[in-house]
Amino acid sequence: MSVFDELSRREFLKVGAAGAGMVLLAACTKGGEETSSTSLNALFMQQAAYSNTDTQGMIAAFQKANPKIKVTPTFVAYEALHDKIVTAAPAGTYDVVLIDVIWPPEFATKSEVVDVTGRFPANWQTDIFPGALQTAQYQDKFYGVPWILDTKYFFNNKDMLSKVGVDSAPTTWDEVVSAATDLKSKGIVKYPLVWSWAQAEAVICDYAQLLGAYGGQFLDSSGKPAFNAGGGLAALEFMKKTLDDGISNPASTESLETDVVKIISQGQAAMALNWTFMFALANDPSQSEVAGQIGIAHTPVGPSGAGPSCNGSMALSIASGSKHPEEAWKLIEFMTSQTIQDQYAKLSLPIWKSSYDDPQVVSTAGAEVVAAAKSQLNDMILRPQVPAYNEASAALQLEIQNALTGAKTPQQALDDAAKVWEGLLQS
Amino acid sequence: MREKRRLGPLRVRVPGAAGTAALLLLPSLVVVFGIVVYPLARTLYTSFFDVNSPFPGRYPFVGLGNYRWTFGSPDFWAALRRTAYFTLVSTWFELILGLLLALLLSVRFRGRAVLRSIVILPWALPTIVNGMMWRWIFNPEYGALNALFTQLHLTSQYRSWLGRPFLALNMVIVADVWKTTPLAAFLLLAGLSTIPRELYEAARVDGAGAVRSFFSVTLPLLVPTILVVLVVRTIEAFKVFDIIYVMTRGGPANGTQTIAVFAYIQAFSNQRFGRGGALAYVIAMFILGFALIYMRLLRREVEY
Repeated sequence: MSVFDELSRREFLKVGAAGAGMVLLAACTKGGEETSSTSLNALFMQQAAYSNTDTQGMIAAFQKANPKIKVTPTFVAYEALHDKIVTAAPAGTYDVVLIDVIWPPEFATKSEVVDVTGRFPANWQTDIFPGALQTAQYQDKFYGVPWILDTKYFFNNKDMLSKVGVDSAPTTWDEVVSAATDLKSKGIVKYPLVWSWAQAEAVICDYAQLLGAYGGQFLDSSGKPAFNAGGGLAALEFMKKTLDDGISNPASTESLETDVVKIISQGQAAMALNWTFMFALANDPSQSEVAGQIGIAHTPVGPSGAGPSCNGSMALSIASGSKHPEEAWKLIEFMTSQTIQDQYAKLSLPIWKSSYDDPQVVSTAGAEVVAAAKSQLNDMILRPQVPAYNEASAALQLEIQNALTGAKTPQQALDDAAKVWEGLLQS
Repeated sequence: MREKRRLGPLRVRVPGAAGTAALLLLPSLVVVFGIVVYPLARTLYTSFFDVNSPFPGRYPFVGLGNYRWTFGSPDFWAALRRTAYFTLVSTWFELILGLLLALLLSVRFRGRAVLRSIVILPWALPTIVNGMMWRWIFNPEYGALNALFTQLHLTSQYRSWLGRPFLALNMVIVADVWKTTPLAAFLLLAGLSTIPRELYEAARVDGAGAVRSFFSVTLPLLVPTILVVLVVRTIEAFKVFDIIYVMTRGGPANGTQTIAVFAYIQAFSNQRFGRGGALAYVIAMFILGFALIYMRLLRREVEY
């Protein structure tokens, strides 16, 4: 046997021993942690609303106030958030998870998040915007605390609009179309409108808003799908027509909200629907070529006279697998508190009604944003609150894309989606 | 070799040696059982129940219901067709481009070693990184592909590459071919180096040109290696998931939703784990079928 063999075998044993030691060590620390200090894992998203830096800032402040609790945040894309919560649930990986307004029915019926109704102080029900409270609510119970109160506003490039004689933001979709047609024909911008119409939840938000403007509804009073007629159909026909007429950027069908920010920021579109965060980003000279030109307004109204915006709020919940629900609740209370939310109002507005009259918040978020929010936050449309929402939404996303890409007529596409919904709503 | 023979009788004489061997094998057995056998059995078990949450618990037994649903679902067949297209097109492109690359790399020229290491780079890239990179290249507004094509005056305006279902599927294939061609090339390069030089010399003596000697000498002798490439690539391509998850998440209009993506969505996005399990088994059966066919083909080659 050569020396080399001998060495490698000895080395192998060493590595093996080290490995075993590490396993032992990991087992020990896991046991030890619970006595001294608590370690919390929290799941957030990196897209829209609070930036990662903001979230980390809030966590740092929390740890300073609670030195015995250590918080480890994980950030994933919104598109991965739902599946991450589901897959991590049995292992109890996360203590606090960020959930979207459309998930409480699903997560509640499957016991993936904890009912916190008992922990809710009475004054929260009156001090928090009703639209925000709905975010974590399912059948009169709360499954979390709203953290992000967000909705899709109407953003417009004021400089571009003034070149076609439009001096204030269009207030109806007809005005939007005529302004867009002028912008295109005068060669100011090739595609005046850009949307987040990728096959994702984002397209449902834009669709919901247009459905509301055209006076449609997702479900009728008996709970049956109703979007394939009336306003729901008119909304999709409108979407398709703007693509056919060349006033909507064809890249819309593969764009998410962040792509919309980029396209607007590069001055390649004049008008778009997007969440609050776009106002700060598109007006930031370090990342936008059109800084200072982007205005924010109440979403345009349609023929029905209504202009509701899609409720895109999100809540912080205690994951049902958490071994530290008390500490997790403490973190949630801290991050949703008025003091913290007012401080970070730049990218996401507070859930607290009184914050909107606080001059400090108005100066942090911008007077224009707060003014738009004050009217829009009382005029929001909810996506249907059903346990099989994800599947239903996926079916609708697919059929909307089928219509937008020309594979089906809007009527055919929505009829097909409605058929899928009927099956899902029954089960 | 000699050492091994001496160890043979030794093992018989010393009682407990077999026990020691078993003990030493135990860790790997535990690992194999834990990460292969148990999940396989558990998935099969799950596929017979209507499991609608990730938690362990009691779920209604549905027998073959999930399999019936799978084969009755038009979405499943559509996903299967897309997967077949993806597998066929990407495998053949990888094979043909890989063969050309291998032929080039087998020629002696200056800087061959450098080129060989550059060529392997795409294969060394993690699929997630590769997917992100191509998503940026294909980006309709600031992607490199649009810039390249317009600057070369091949197209007059920017196009949306991942915005239409069938085009998107083909663009994902481009990204996959770019990444996996080096693997095919290196397998084929190894195959090329086993072909005896004398055969080429004999061919030249018989008056065969480069093209003739490629089709009469190289290609027939390369068949076993080509089969290996086909086996490895069809099986890999059939279960494609990560590159699609990163680039398109199955969209637009489900145009890039392959069968593995379909299984993922059923299990994790829709929380229908029973259906997901059934789909996983259907995929596994298809792959097993491929593997059996290929194994027969390969065995025949060896006999020959």
